[in-house]
Amino acid sequence: MLHIKNLHAGIEEKGILKGINLEVKAGEVHAIMGPNGSGKSTLSSVIAGKEEYEVTEGEIFLNGENIEELGPEERAHEGVFLSFQYPVEIPGVSVTNFVKTAINETRKAKGLEEMPASEMLKKIREKAELLEIDRRFLSRSLNEGFSGGEKKRNEIFQMAMLEPKLAILDETDSGLDIDALRIVANGVNKLRSEDNAVIVITHYQRLLDYIVPDYVHVLHNGKIVKSGTKELALELEEKGYDWIKQEATI
Amino acid sequence: MSKYTEEELQKELETKEYEYGFYTDIESDTFPKGLNEDIVRAISKKKNEPEWMTEWRLDAFRIWSEMEEPDWANVHYEKPDFQAISYYSAPKKADPNKTLDDVDPELLEMYKKLGISIDEQKKLQGIAIDIVVDSVSVATTFKNTLAEKGIIFCPISEAIQEHPELVKKYIGTVVPKTDNFYAALNSAVFTDGSFCYIPKGVRCPMELSTYFRINEAGTGQFERTLVIADESSYVSYLEGCTAPSRDENQLHAAVVELIAMDDAEIKYSTVQNWFPGDANGKGGVFNFVTKRGLCETNSKISWTQVETGSAVTWKYPSCVLKGDNSVGEFYSIAVTNNYQQADTGTKMIHLGKNTKSTIISKGISAGKSQNSYRGLVQIASKAENARNFSQCDSLLMGNKCGAHTFPYIEAKNKSAQIEHEATTSKIGEDQIFYCNQRGIDTEKAIALIVNGFSKEVLNKLPMEFAVEAQKLLEISLEGSVG
Repeated sequence: MLHIKNLHAGIEEKGILKGINLEVKAGEVHAIMGPNGSGKSTLSSVIAGKEEYEVTEGEIFLNGENIEELGPEERAHEGVFLSFQYPVEIPGVSVTNFVKTAINETRKAKGLEEMPASEMLKKIREKAELLEIDRRFLSRSLNEGFSGGEKKRNEIFQMAMLEPKLAILDETDSGLDIDALRIVANGVNKLRSEDNAVIVITHYQRLLDYIVPDYVHVLHNGKIVKSGTKELALELEEKGYDWIKQEATI
Repeated sequence: MSKYTEEELQKELETKEYEYGFYTDIESDTFPKGLNEDIVRAISKKKNEPEWMTEWRLDAFRIWSEMEEPDWANVHYEKPDFQAISYYSAPKKADPNKTLDDVDPELLEMYKKLGISIDEQKKLQGIAIDIVVDSVSVATTFKNTLAEKGIIFCPISEAIQEHPELVKKYIGTVVPKTDNFYAALNSAVFTDGSFCYIPKGVRCPMELSTYFRINEAGTGQFERTLVIADESSYVSYLEGCTAPSRDENQLHAAVVELIAMDDAEIKYSTVQNWFPGDANGKGGVFNFVTKRGLCETNSKISWTQVETGSAVTWKYPSCVLKGDNSVGEFYSIAVTNNYQQADTGTKMIHLGKNTKSTIISKGISAGKSQNSYRGLVQIASKAENARNFSQCDSLLMGNKCGAHTFPYIEAKNKSAQIEHEATTSKIGEDQIFYCNQRGIDTEKAIALIVNGFSKEVLNKLPMEFAVEAQKLLEISLEGSVG
């Protein structure tokens, strides 16, 4: 699904990612953990194709295809979804309208007709129920005046609607109370299948109790310094990141 | 309207050549350049106007001659040479040899995006169409329906002939000849426009627009519109044309007067899309318009405008809230791109008790354009319990454009309640990236953000107009974020 080879990237001449290697296969869940400033969010932005980041070395393959030349919307059309750590507000554009536009633009890019209104409605109803979203919420302006938890839930709702091949959840757990966390995680789990993959970027082990990863990677100073299974996350929870940092500098 | 088709006009022009002996180098349908009393008389004569109208025009001309062009607006342009303009040009004739193949393909592409039918495209381009008979009959049907209710809806020139008592009584009562430079000029030389009268207690059964859209496209530089809603009547009036009119006319100075008598309501919606000049700021129309409505007791006037065209816009649709409990509303979207300049807003003059006004202004600036909101809220000393709410939002795209807000508030009564809110925001890269990430390309993302920003005003437009206006916003801003 996703294959990253020796990725170096940065912003305005400042190198942040310094040789990332990662392979994510269909059906897998990978967790990327690491201390603040280790490059976690940069990695997600670079995969999604944010233009202010420059890739200086290395390659990213999606389903065997090098995506270097693809713009962010084209990557989205290929099935990349990023759940933002800080989703932006778009005043006057309702959640429903936004999701509808996103779905239809993606369909258009694939040469498909717009989704019929009845199908769209059915899907919205179904996914809103899955994430325990009140229908009134859907008519509100996108992220405007949303609480932290509402924003994150809205991200996962969009993910459910768009059914991506590769979902990257960037600190989706931050700002969520335990009930919201459970709902969101439950939503993500229901969307998992043999055909898609999830990358969970998080600080804490907490989310991984609910979304259980197949692999855990520790990012430090722009590199993956340790990889393991879910036990690694528990170890990190217990010991903190310092021992990793030390190990990395040795 | 139907009486004055291009065909008839053409016929008239063919037979009336040489009638006006004051010029030698004769073109049948255009007056020589320049403005003097003879030209004003000639316009009046051409329109076959009664003596009082001619005198009214001459008086306006004399007033205008004494006035100076205002320069307080936040716009910069080379002032037009008023002696270098021809003040009477008959609407363009259909050229029998012209086909759509002769029309600028870029323009046709734009028509296509706006969903304008081939026949309308032809009409807009002055190309003869073969279904004229049909559209005339449609127009007549409308006219009959309106006539049954006693509604008068016709060109103002026709109203001067057929209903002189109404025109004489009301013209210039809301926007007097002395009002301002352009209003005085318009009063002297106006050549076209509409007249509308809704009798007491009548609710106009249709939006006065549908068939108008085509006919309006060819109107001249100096339009004069007079809408009178008699007691307890209602009318919704739409003006303008969403299709881009590449008129050669440099200067447009229109006057619109609305009169809402006791308990009456007028809704006046405009979509303006005059040629804004090219991407380098060359050419384009100067749009200097005076629009004002007078509200009697318990009446309501609501202005809604979507302004996307013109190189320079100078326009303040206003309400004089004379009667007690009267209501004035102004909803506006003004878009400027490239080198466009707009100075637009409203005046709400509260004279009566318990008068209420609402101002929602949305300015969108892109390219190197300058977009100004200028609004006056005035509460007279006798206007007890007057209320106003104003909201001015500006949206900036890129780093080279400007948004300005000039609110003026004058309250002479202590019981007045005035609220003013203003915001300025910028379409951020983060917003665009967020949309991109969801599969929405940048053009579409901008359209989405702009439509969201403009929603409160778009919602005020009648349905069919709103859809067109929405498309127009998208087209006007195409390519504005690189």
